[in-house]
Amino acid sequence: MKYQSFLIKYAEIGVKGKNRYMFEDALVKQIRYALKAVEGEFEVTKESGRIYANALTDFDDEDAVAALKRVFGISAICPMVQVDDLGFEELKHQVASYLEQVYPEKNFTFKVNARRANKQYPMTSEEINRELGEVILERFPGLRVDVHQPEVMVHVEIRSRINLYSQVIPGPGGMPVGTNGRAMLLLSGGIDSPVAGYMIAKRGVVIEAVYFHAPPYTSDRAREKVVELARLVSRYAGPIRLQIVNFTDIQLYIYDQCPHEELTIIMRRYMMRIAQRIAEKQKCLGLITGESIGQVASQTVQSLAATNEVCSMPVFRPVIGFDKQEIVDIAEQIGTFETSIQPFEDCCTIFVAKHPVTKPNIHIIRKSEEKLSERIEEMVCEAVETAQTVLCQE
Amino acid sequence: MEAYLDNSATTRALDSVQEIVARVMREDYGNPSSRHKKGMEAERYIKEARSVIARTMKVQDKEILFTSGGTESNNMALFGAAMANQRAGKHIISTRIEHASVYQPLACLEQLGFAVTYLDVDREGHIRLQELEEAIRPDTILVSVMYVNNEIGAVQPVEEIGRVIKERNPRILFHVDGIQAYGKYEIRPKRQGIDLLSVSGHKLHGPKGVGFLYIHEKAKVKPLLYGGGQQKDMRSGTENVPGVAGLGVAAREMYTDFSERIRRMRELKDFFIDRLEEIPGTVVNSQRGEKGAPQIISASFQGVRSEVLLHALEERGIYVSSGSACSSNHPAISGTLMAVGVKRELLDSTLRFSLGIYNTREQLDYTIEALKELLPVLRRYQRG
Repeated sequence: MKYQSFLIKYAEIGVKGKNRYMFEDALVKQIRYALKAVEGEFEVTKESGRIYANALTDFDDEDAVAALKRVFGISAICPMVQVDDLGFEELKHQVASYLEQVYPEKNFTFKVNARRANKQYPMTSEEINRELGEVILERFPGLRVDVHQPEVMVHVEIRSRINLYSQVIPGPGGMPVGTNGRAMLLLSGGIDSPVAGYMIAKRGVVIEAVYFHAPPYTSDRAREKVVELARLVSRYAGPIRLQIVNFTDIQLYIYDQCPHEELTIIMRRYMMRIAQRIAEKQKCLGLITGESIGQVASQTVQSLAATNEVCSMPVFRPVIGFDKQEIVDIAEQIGTFETSIQPFEDCCTIFVAKHPVTKPNIHIIRKSEEKLSERIEEMVCEAVETAQTVLCQE
Repeated sequence: MEAYLDNSATTRALDSVQEIVARVMREDYGNPSSRHKKGMEAERYIKEARSVIARTMKVQDKEILFTSGGTESNNMALFGAAMANQRAGKHIISTRIEHASVYQPLACLEQLGFAVTYLDVDREGHIRLQELEEAIRPDTILVSVMYVNNEIGAVQPVEEIGRVIKERNPRILFHVDGIQAYGKYEIRPKRQGIDLLSVSGHKLHGPKGVGFLYIHEKAKVKPLLYGGGQQKDMRSGTENVPGVAGLGVAAREMYTDFSERIRRMRELKDFFIDRLEEIPGTVVNSQRGEKGAPQIISASFQGVRSEVLLHALEERGIYVSSGSACSSNHPAISGTLMAVGVKRELLDSTLRFSLGIYNTREQLDYTIEALKELLPVLRRYQRG
């Protein structure tokens, strides 16, 4: 069965009152973007509370469905066939041949659900339901009607042409990217941060990202891995501008000046400070991290409080209450897991002390940071200014 | 400046190799099995390469089997010999410092019911002939020893090993992994008692994806690949004509002005070892002069992680390996370094520098200067 178009249903944005058009427009834009990567040309239109994606050329329908399943804001994707209105007798054949082709096994319960946008049509919806139901029963003896909980709901929408659809493929839900501001993701190369980025993007937020590179302690392969992760997240979140910050000098300076068991926490504080400065430059309104309480020494509640203290922006931590396995499950589902587990060291693992503090005292940390006062401001500025930008997209 | 010192991982192909590979792809692209002229032209390249290679070792053309490279040659030698001779016995002897493309097939053969004895090596990476002799059993069918070790450049006394084996039982097959040795040594299988010898093209400035296995005409070996019956049924699959042609050219070049080239390479090696020893906290794991291979220098740098040093050198255009490049994909600590008694705390601080024909004394000086600058800085920043 070759579909020509998809009817796209959306959930949450339907209830957004006067802003509804804005949400719909954002969704249309995201659908267009997603389908650009698919072979074939599409026309995406908005029509009385519906979004349609019509193929103008031959297209790869598996790829198209896969792409649409990654567009936040879509609650369901219905592959649809459009037929010309050639009268009711012809419609009977059209519906039968539709079912013939879509369902190889004809042993399910069904119900016909007709709607008339074109009220000139000579029959009422009820009449259409009944008559088409009879035709289907006659033609396919294995089918049974169930008006309450049909396995297949055969939708027949009568407009200037007639839309037939019955398959409902669940979409990812959420809100269209671009409807909820912009935030800066701290991307490490691990399992958690790509998941965090995905989750915030799902709420409609445009994602930017920052990665801390520490050559020669981290390799170019580790950097490539992060670029690849950003690209994988961009399949959902749209193009991601990744800033690669050279962090080596700052790291070494902290190592020289501060107690080694505090290295990680002080380093994290500077990462947050730098991320925030870049975020401000890029007009982001928040930071995103993949932190989860208690996962490592730098993610105890005390450590989180200590790193959080340097931020004036809100820090979104969508996986904060997740177990590792729950995060892994999402990473596998969105396809970032395999890349995340490639064994390249990131700069957090290089300078880890044998016994890092797990309950940092904020006053002591601040005191230690005073030892950096001579050069750190200049170094942070340089790190921000020399950050390299890589645009990550499909 | 750029200093590519990772020639035991792979080499830059010679210009003459690039030319012939391109020409075969562009003009003489026929299938050697085709009956028409295009096929015959292609076949001619295979014949030519075969005879050039055979001459470098004074063996017969028909004893050269082209493969996809070192790994396939080693697999073919081990599985092929084991499968063809298992009625005579199921015991194999090898060493503790083999490359993964030898010890993984051996591990697989163990699962298939073969017994393998692994010989220890001394501090210089040599097996003891007496131990070898004691390890030989009535059911021993195969001995596999690498000629030049890929991590430290230790050279086995191949000829003596061959003699020990053949004196005990001339029917035991002797396989030599010659991947780091071919092009660096004058190998004479007939004199050295070698029945099977594995070689890879891209270690000698030839193309990747091609190599050969020398198989003594009397040696019984079963094929790995079955199909169209190419190469006298010993390895089905259309021959990699451009690769084989390139390999032939590389082999010829490596054995032209051979002694002079190797003498020069050895001089560079000794020079580099001398200069490395100027650097405090450095332990050279390779042997000077004739005792070690001419191209491989392994050195450990106290208090520095090899991975970090590798990337720091890379920033200056100097390319080296930590351990051996083929095995540095998995983090397992090198078996060879442990076997030759490199101190535990130095295992993760060891780099391999390997020379090729394009290296110069200036590049080595440049590398030494870089090391002298980098090491004190890197030593200041250690984990923990």
